Amino acid sequence: MPHKSLAILGVLLAAFPWVSGEYYVNLTSQILIAAIFAASLNLLVGYGGLPSLGHASFLGVSAYFSAWLYLKLGLAHWVTAPAALLGTTLMAGLFGLIALRATGLGFLMLTLALSQVLWGTAYRWVSVTDGDNGLRGLTRPSPFGMNLDDATAFYYFTLAITVAAMWLMAKFVSSPFGAALRGTRDQPRRMAALGHDVWLVRWITFVYAGFWGAVAGLLFVYYNKYIHPSSLSLITSAEGMLSVIAGGSGTLAGPILGAAIIVILKNYVSSYIQYWNMLMGFVFLAIVIFMPQGIVPGVRDWWARRRQ
Amino acid sequence: MQFWVIQTLNSLALGGLLFLLSSGFSLIFGLMRIANLTHGALFMLGAYVGVSILRHIPNLWVAALLGGLVIAALGGLFERLILRRLLGNELGQVLVTLGVAFIIADFCLMVWGGDPIPVPTPPALQEPLTVAGFMFPAYRLVLVAIAIGAAIALYLLMERTRLGAMIRAGVDDMDMARAVGIPVSRLFTTVFCLGAGLAGAGGILGGPMLSAYPGLDADMLPLALIVVILGGVGSLFGAFVGSFIIGFVYTFGIALAPDLAYVILFLPMIFVIAFRPRGLFGRAT
Amino acid sequence: MTPALQIDGLCKSFGGLPAISDVTLAVAPGERRLIIGPNGAGKTTLFNLITGDLARDAGTVSLFGADVTRLAPHQRAHRGLARTYQIITLFAKDTLEHNVLLSLLGLSRVRWKTLAALTRHADLYDEARRVLGLVGLQHLAQRPISEVAYGEKRRVEIAMALAQKPRLLLLDEPLAGLSREERAAMKDLITGIPREVTVVMIEHDMDTALDLAERITVLHYGKIIVEGTRVEVVADPKTREVYLGD
Repeated sequence: MPHKSLAILGVLLAAFPWVSGEYYVNLTSQILIAAIFAASLNLLVGYGGLPSLGHASFLGVSAYFSAWLYLKLGLAHWVTAPAALLGTTLMAGLFGLIALRATGLGFLMLTLALSQVLWGTAYRWVSVTDGDNGLRGLTRPSPFGMNLDDATAFYYFTLAITVAAMWLMAKFVSSPFGAALRGTRDQPRRMAALGHDVWLVRWITFVYAGFWGAVAGLLFVYYNKYIHPSSLSLITSAEGMLSVIAGGSGTLAGPILGAAIIVILKNYVSSYIQYWNMLMGFVFLAIVIFMPQGIVPGVRDWWARRRQ
Repeated sequence: MQFWVIQTLNSLALGGLLFLLSSGFSLIFGLMRIANLTHGALFMLGAYVGVSILRHIPNLWVAALLGGLVIAALGGLFERLILRRLLGNELGQVLVTLGVAFIIADFCLMVWGGDPIPVPTPPALQEPLTVAGFMFPAYRLVLVAIAIGAAIALYLLMERTRLGAMIRAGVDDMDMARAVGIPVSRLFTTVFCLGAGLAGAGGILGGPMLSAYPGLDADMLPLALIVVILGGVGSLFGAFVGSFIIGFVYTFGIALAPDLAYVILFLPMIFVIAFRPRGLFGRAT
Repeated sequence: MTPALQIDGLCKSFGGLPAISDVTLAVAPGERRLIIGPNGAGKTTLFNLITGDLARDAGTVSLFGADVTRLAPHQRAHRGLARTYQIITLFAKDTLEHNVLLSLLGLSRVRWKTLAALTRHADLYDEARRVLGLVGLQHLAQRPISEVAYGEKRRVEIAMALAQKPRLLLLDEPLAGLSREERAAMKDLITGIPREVTVVMIEHDMDTALDLAERITVLHYGKIIVEGTRVEVVADPKTREVYLGD
């Protein structure tokens, strides 16, 4: 994105709480968290050509780990946060070893199976996760003494982290490693013949994506002050995937836009109909069949065709 | 000892149901290269449709047959109207199967409500069989028999019929199959209907054991996935062996260490992935 | 003198059908070797076994005296092996420059950097343009591959391989699909490759390829039928049998 547009966007986002009520500030916080989740998934899907339906694993495990350390061991946030991130990233390393024994659909099925096992475990390992009740009584951290229970304060906290995340992910994709990653997506055999260790490139990307998924998980559990097994479900992973394909997987900005659309839709729709899953299903169908490049290119093309 | 007998029978019965579910999934993946994530939802829809049929025709076998046919038909429609448009777009196909799975799940919620609906065991099979001092729940025995029967029928289909030969050719080498004139698109629809029908019938046949409830799809799909990862894609024998392995691991896991049963499911999968990535009996994907 | 490429008893079968049967050959450093044979003789399979894209059933492959039989393709690239492909496998949506860049990155430590922007590595871009200049395509550096002609794509294939500064270069039908003028240009290009690089080539076009070869290996049904200097092979009656008989 050109620098001027980014600057304008930055100003808008920074000024936002001054002109909106608490509901919209909270909504935007949710969008930012979903944006980190979707953007990290897109590193795998869009840039790596590795479709994953198990991204919820990282969000959920990070959230549960942080919550459990806080509730059961009474540890402070400045300990639980890095611990959760480290633990989840290590898990990502392990999951990557398993999932990357395959590519394409095999990879997809492995990520899905791994994530589903975690989901089922979250329901059943009642002694740790309290099963269907979820873990409640959680708090938000107080970095530098700030009270993040205030919606606006939490928003700025989340915004700062989101900006850092996007900046780092942008650096990642425009780096030599990012170029190699895209190469492995397009011509993996050719890349190997050129000397690139295709498996290692993919594994590193998987772990990196898992790390940012874990970051999204922390923000998620801080925002809700509650975690439930449904956050590890296929639906959560699917919402991330939907954000990626809705916004377009070809760019860094696409998934962010997609996440905004999905979060707004979900919030809006939930007040009118209770069948969000069905709507999500139809949206999946619509995008894959009619606008496979994503809403932005799809709308652009449709507009161009109308003008002719 | 009676405990072990019951758990073994439960394992076998679950394995049988998983076979009905995953054989279709494995065939569809092996032949059409589609990871049909709708499969769990088709199983659940079969259970619910069976429940409705049972309210008018209180015969479980008829309900299973009719229910299976209804789900098969729906599967065929889905394949022809939607999946076919996305030929060659592997990820797109998976995503639409996911979308349809969500649609079916909420549809079932809409029509049949949120409470689990128990499915009565056929009266003839309600009394347990007593053999050598042990009691065997009769229905579970019948389920195992049905699964074995289905396995034999599928085996005969694959090995002794023209349809089976065409399926095997397609699984082996799709381009070659097309080149020798196999009507690939009709074959795809047939196989998808077959897989869907098996899943749907499995849903209602599993009713007396599992009931029909929201979330049945989400409970069954990962099991089917793990069976196919374990047994190898496109291999019916692999689906058979894998189904019973998972049936045992899951049932005994739940009985002996309920908290960690799902983690125990990890282990066969990881073991296989580490040493035989194509599954126990699979071919190259 | 340690051969640049040494193959001993190499065997490969596909589902019972032998594609390569007990092939033993040695290519001296700096040599220009041509591998010919009718379609299905196993030439590309042999290349794939040398690069490691295919796993052999039996036998060994050594590069400059080092046994590379168990090494993965990317590891063999680091030992000085480069290849071109019969079917164009370039990065279609990227520019010529970017394609060569990916080749340069393959052997450079820079490829692991995740924070610095690729575009800041001016030295890599300069080198990419220099390599494109070697094949006469510098003027098209900024064009996407999808927009250049077939003959130019073939030259990019060579550029990608040369960018790796290989010690052993495998050319898989470099003249395929080229017009007469393009073939002459490609021939000049190949002739111009420095002697430090050992070149092994598969080709169908006899007229052009024979001039490029110093020694020739004739493959038929996965076995070596004739091997020797150009003169010897051309004169050998078995060569004619392979192509005209059977």
